Amino acid sequence: MNRLPRWLVAALAVVPAVGLAVFYLWPFATLVVAALDADALTDTLGRSQTWKVVWFTLWQAVASTAVTITVGMIPAYVVARFDFRGRSVLVGLLTATFVLPTVVMGAAFLALLPDSLERTVWAVIGAHVAFNVAVVVRIVGALWEHLPTDMEYAAATLGASRLQIASRISLPLIRPAITAAATIVFLFTFTSFGVIRILGAPGTRTIEVEVWRRATQLGDIGGATVLALLQLAVLGVVLVWSTMAQRRHSRSLAMGPAALRRRARTRGERRFVAAAAGSTALIAIVPLAALVVRSFSTPDGWSANAWTHLGRTEVRPGLRVGVDPVDAIANSLINAAWATLFAVTIGALASLAITAAKRHGRLIDGGLMLPLGTSAVTIGLGMLITFDVAPVDWRASWWLVPVGHALVAVPFVVRVCVGVLRSVDPAMTDAAATLGAPPIRAWWSTVVPYLWQPLRVGAALAAAISLGEFGATSFLSRSGGETLPIAIEQLLGRTGTTLQAQGYVLATMLATLTVVLVVAVEQSEAAPQRMVGP
Amino acid sequence: MSSLDVTDVRVAFGEVVVLDGVSLHIAGNESVALLGPSGSGKSTLLRVIAGIVAPDAGTVVVDGIDVTAVATHRRGIGMVFQDNQLFPHLSTLDNVTFGPLMAGKPKRDRREIGQRWLDRVGLAGFDDRNVTELSGGEAKRVALARALAAEPAVVLLDEPLTGLDRELHDRLAVDLAELLRTVTTLLVTHDPDEAAVVADRTVLLADLVG
Repeated sequence: MNRLPRWLVAALAVVPAVGLAVFYLWPFATLVVAALDADALTDTLGRSQTWKVVWFTLWQAVASTAVTITVGMIPAYVVARFDFRGRSVLVGLLTATFVLPTVVMGAAFLALLPDSLERTVWAVIGAHVAFNVAVVVRIVGALWEHLPTDMEYAAATLGASRLQIASRISLPLIRPAITAAATIVFLFTFTSFGVIRILGAPGTRTIEVEVWRRATQLGDIGGATVLALLQLAVLGVVLVWSTMAQRRHSRSLAMGPAALRRRARTRGERRFVAAAAGSTALIAIVPLAALVVRSFSTPDGWSANAWTHLGRTEVRPGLRVGVDPVDAIANSLINAAWATLFAVTIGALASLAITAAKRHGRLIDGGLMLPLGTSAVTIGLGMLITFDVAPVDWRASWWLVPVGHALVAVPFVVRVCVGVLRSVDPAMTDAAATLGAPPIRAWWSTVVPYLWQPLRVGAALAAAISLGEFGATSFLSRSGGETLPIAIEQLLGRTGTTLQAQGYVLATMLATLTVVLVVAVEQSEAAPQRMVGP
Repeated sequence: MSSLDVTDVRVAFGEVVVLDGVSLHIAGNESVALLGPSGSGKSTLLRVIAGIVAPDAGTVVVDGIDVTAVATHRRGIGMVFQDNQLFPHLSTLDNVTFGPLMAGKPKRDRREIGQRWLDRVGLAGFDDRNVTELSGGEAKRVALARALAAEPAVVLLDEPLTGLDRELHDRLAVDLAELLRTVTTLLVTHDPDEAAVVADRTVLLADLVG
């Protein structure tokens, strides 16, 4: 059996491992140590404000999750069971909505809602629902497809009405998917940051926003770290509960083939499908349309002024605001380029190491996934408090923001690449060996070529993540180095329709960029079968 | 003692005509086997009778009452699906008592009915078994017990013995004939020997047209 030499595997793993240790594990440890300070603990936990924030975070997350699940069940059912014109467009629309940066979704709801509803909890819940309906449709719909229609008919022949079939057969059987979707939506909304920064008011702050406010606005680092840790504890409990619940209720349902989707037959069915698909499409389209409309609207009527005068930040002659939209575009593109380069380099090395090291690969794999389980704000805060003393006072370094972005993006790059590399038939490497190729040469010519295609997908994902990243950037970006999301939040927070319109212009641009990148990913993900031969 | 009358049933899926002018009469407590090659529309006819597929023309009459427009769950027509369609989240007993539950029977009666039917299909004591762990023959018996425990006026069986090994097949065919003696039955099969053992009478789908 020819194996790759250990030194090669170690060499591949060293850069990802050191990167993870320096930019994730160390800041995280620093944060935990800071949070376990007795004064900070008693101060923060003894304050009634803390518990108000925790309570608000919890109830808005529960409410957002409940509404999202309720709203999402109907399109999930329609997409799983019916074949209709525009079905794939609808699924694509929902996916596009889901990948939008949080700041863009917040901006869209700010644009959509009348002044009286802006910056209320209803706006927040609305944005959360529009954002996450795709999660329900994808996850619940995927299991629902596998629930045989004949099982529902069997219940009907035993005397069950539609309602009884739903409550006694369908819902219990798709419960694991509902639990999974609810968990994901809860995690997203519990740690909501971008949406709340745009739509929140003093009474509507999540823990995530409070962490940012304490650390960057009030200088209460101790309180911020305690809250970050408290949030992590809640998330841990929810994840453990969800895993147990899904295991308890999982059935062998998904093993069966997908039931055939059919066209709506009766007029009632056709109306139901059209209404469900239409209203779901509206949930996805209307907020984004509002964004574009507001970028063209001024108190004096329609105008493209905000688009054509984007670079001129003077509110009045001589009076400037602190943020330059054109600079923000440039900053974002440069950051995204570097973040993509970092994420792709680390992700490629890590993926090769993970697949080459087999069993020990799990350790690297699991380690690199850790940033996914940590909120971006926690990552940003950790880096902020760690890299502020010599010799590691890196806060002014241009590369700290892209490194933060790369940390968030690497798990995605690794998942895409490892998936493809694991599917490469090991017999090919053996075949190369029998033809006289030494281990490294055999690996280089049979495994490594399969890396490039998923790496392109990973690069597009990393770029999209970097462009929209707001949580970590809020801690790491410096004045003058504002990225698009930061600039959008600042512009929309100012009074004056000129500035707001510019904010909506930037949000429209960011939305377009993200959707283009993700569409590119979906297109090329359809192709990998061509690369990995039989 | 319910009779079943199917008259001039026509079903088309788009351009494809699956059933065209099919008529059939089954007397009360009679067992009829419907034979025909696969893809000839036998299963579709069962689905029309059960109310799962709405016919483009024709009527389904049970005991003199036209049920063509009646919803499946109100027809009183039971069905054993080819792949059983046992509910994987319910125990064996809860599967069998699903019909009595829908009929609003109290818990004690349901338990009694369920155990009696499990006993009759030779699965006494299987109450708490997980249906996903039953063998093919056991699952088929549970599906049968479940359909009969709902006390349907007519019971439909779609290829009830397909996929079982020979010995099991022959034994279950004999049991089926016995169990179905007191209920009006339409059984779909492609096996003439099986039809002869289980049913009182055999008809060919091709002969029902016109």
